[in-house]
Amino acid sequence: MSEVHEQRTPVVLSGLSEDDPHLQPAAKNPQLVERVIALNFLLGIVLVAGFGASYWVNAKSWILGATMGGGLLFLGVGVVAWGKYLMPQGPFVEDRHPHTSPQIERDAFAAAIVERGGNVIKRRKMLGGLLGGGLGIFSVVAIFPLLRSLGPLPKGTLFHTDWRSGSYAVDQTGRRIQVGDLAVGSIVTVFPEGTQDTDRGQAVDQTVLIRISNQNFTTQKGRETWAPLGYVAYSKMCTHLGCPVGLYEQQLQLLVCPCHQSMFNVTNGAIPQFGPAPRPLPQLPLFIDPQGYIRAQSDYHEAVGPGFWERP
Amino acid sequence: MSSDVVSTKRMKQQALGPYGAVGKALGELDDRIGVAKGGSSFLNKIFPDHWSFMLGEIALYSFIVLLVTGVFLSLYYIPSQAIVTYHGSYLPLDGQHVTQAYASSVDLSFAVRAGLLMRQMHHWATNIFVGAIVIHMARVFFTGAFRKPRELNWTIGSALLILAIVNGFLGYSLPDDLVSGTGIRIAYSILLSIPLVGSYLGFLVFGGNFPGTAVIPRFYILHILIVPGLIIALVSVHMFLLYRQKHTQFPGRGRTEKNVVGSPMFPVFMAKTTGYLFIIGGVTALLGAFAQINPIWQFGPYDASRIGYAVQPDWYMGFLDGALRIWPSWSFHSFGYTIPFEVFIPAIILPGLIFNLIFVWPALERRFTKDHETHNLLDRPSYRPKRTAAGVAVLAFVSVLFLASSTDVIANFFHLPLSAVIWAMRILTIVTPFVAYPLTYKICLELQTTKGGGKRKTPNMVSRTAEGEYVATPAPVYVDDQHDELAPAEVPKFITAATPESDGDGVRTIDR
Repeated sequence: MSEVHEQRTPVVLSGLSEDDPHLQPAAKNPQLVERVIALNFLLGIVLVAGFGASYWVNAKSWILGATMGGGLLFLGVGVVAWGKYLMPQGPFVEDRHPHTSPQIERDAFAAAIVERGGNVIKRRKMLGGLLGGGLGIFSVVAIFPLLRSLGPLPKGTLFHTDWRSGSYAVDQTGRRIQVGDLAVGSIVTVFPEGTQDTDRGQAVDQTVLIRISNQNFTTQKGRETWAPLGYVAYSKMCTHLGCPVGLYEQQLQLLVCPCHQSMFNVTNGAIPQFGPAPRPLPQLPLFIDPQGYIRAQSDYHEAVGPGFWERP
Repeated sequence: MSSDVVSTKRMKQQALGPYGAVGKALGELDDRIGVAKGGSSFLNKIFPDHWSFMLGEIALYSFIVLLVTGVFLSLYYIPSQAIVTYHGSYLPLDGQHVTQAYASSVDLSFAVRAGLLMRQMHHWATNIFVGAIVIHMARVFFTGAFRKPRELNWTIGSALLILAIVNGFLGYSLPDDLVSGTGIRIAYSILLSIPLVGSYLGFLVFGGNFPGTAVIPRFYILHILIVPGLIIALVSVHMFLLYRQKHTQFPGRGRTEKNVVGSPMFPVFMAKTTGYLFIIGGVTALLGAFAQINPIWQFGPYDASRIGYAVQPDWYMGFLDGALRIWPSWSFHSFGYTIPFEVFIPAIILPGLIFNLIFVWPALERRFTKDHETHNLLDRPSYRPKRTAAGVAVLAFVSVLFLASSTDVIANFFHLPLSAVIWAMRILTIVTPFVAYPLTYKICLELQTTKGGGKRKTPNMVSRTAEGEYVATPAPVYVDDQHDELAPAEVPKFITAATPESDGDGVRTIDR
């Protein structure tokens, strides 16, 4: 008990005699520990070499990972055990030296900055002012190339899509949608013709076209002609964060956004039913031309997608 | 002749001095840049031993794994949104129009030897990196290691957490698959939501309206150069300050505010920490081998008009996603302008508040406790019940937000209405901190009055007397535990220590 007690008293590392108990390994049975560590290293070597071999023969990914990971793990466990059980166990002690300097040095340091530096500037106020002004102007001017070159200004672009008066609604393959293509209750994603393959078309112009039965459809004021024969089109961009409103719950007549679960009632102007979306999905005015193609009366009457400051 | 050879050998050895060629080389180096004094104090530096001090090392070493695997990936990944027709080694995608970023990410997974392993290791190491930072911070917080003189290092560490999260998100976005593209879309919309400047910010960052063609190359240069550069710089300062201020330690036998007790840097700590690096690398490789992560070829290329079910970010972005899901649809419209509060508050204001609270906490605590002393000995969390309770409350709050990021999966799994799950999450978010605080506070007070708390249990030695009676005598306390109760300095008037255990009525004392 007392010997253990002696050993566990922290001592200073430097100047210890070689037979000091603090320099002895912590393991009670060093030979055994050494063998176990050697076994770890051996396994590590075998696996690391196996990693090389499996790389050579272009083995499957999991074999590469298993050999490399296992090898590193065995080597690592061995090294840790070596450090923990076979190296001087201590504990050793070291003094902390306070970082606080003597008052005289603190004063000298502060004086150098405040008095010597301050005097230089105070004596040459004009020079200091001019230099400060120059640097100030530069720091403002430098922002322009760094920031302004990054992109165009939004101007009105956020308020428009590529839907125009008379645009044909086409699906992702570019096929024009005709009356009779959709059964009641079915849905298709449409784009203004020509944009279905473009990034912008997919991001901004994406629109869901749903055919609903007329009897349970509530027409919004001023939109009496927008949904001919039960064909109604809404922007597919969620008004919360712009994810595509990709889930259509046919029984409940809801469009659901898979990102944050906003739900929009398609029979009633796509008013948000539940969830974080603050506005209805904008509705695209449609008409059916004499050939039976579904076309847009005009662009959307409001900005599509998530909210932003300039949006009225 | 032969004696000549022997004598020159001996002379050579004598000329080298008692430490041989190594000693000679060190001497030459010392002549020029003076390494002896600093070097030996570095090798003799004492590191306190405690398992919780290794948490920061996990973060450091997973960052090293990130650097190594990241360099590998950067040799094959092409940061371009140019559209190509895919004709690579993953046949189901053959003939599809995809971006070069996506095509190269799929190809480096299948066509490059060890490519998939490196990609999965990189992704796993990111998740471990951020997780280790969070747990390391929790350790520093609950033991009071952030107190004077270490406030600056707390600030640097908090900044590192933010950078780690940001860089994780940037890297997650690079493959340009369906899930990550949706994440970029959401990030763009969050930028838009900032009042006054939002649309300008969005256009400047993305080089125009979403999606544009600039965002992948820009995210790439941020992800592989600018943010990692900042992280390396801050980690260096973090380590330098740790070295200069020395590590904190728990109170114990022979340990005071003015010393450090533990193992020397060389060889003990160096061996342990090197082994630890190998272990972290090994575990990451095993995860990369056996646990599939982010199978982008299954998600498909990004197409802004498509989406999948259960769209979720990596775990460290979960609390933001959860906040966005449960925040009500309160948008503000007036005077021809809109403030999208439904996005701006949960995605900008809320994380802003949380991180600001983290940054100012040391100053806040100094102010309330009026404790301006230097502390090198750590607190037991139960002896600082108010701090511990506050930390647990914040962690609980963030955890509920994290849970809320899977409302759809929960509703689906338990066959509950989605609205019920969201309402439950809303209520839980508000209630949880108010339950967590008093509960933790109470538990802390209970723990304070537990005798022998924090000490190892000792066996009872049972002996039989001559009369046949069995007597149990407790073995003596372990030597390392023979220190006083862990109540370091007489600080805080603000913190009321629990009344020491008296054996009066209604007071429970637990002997262990």
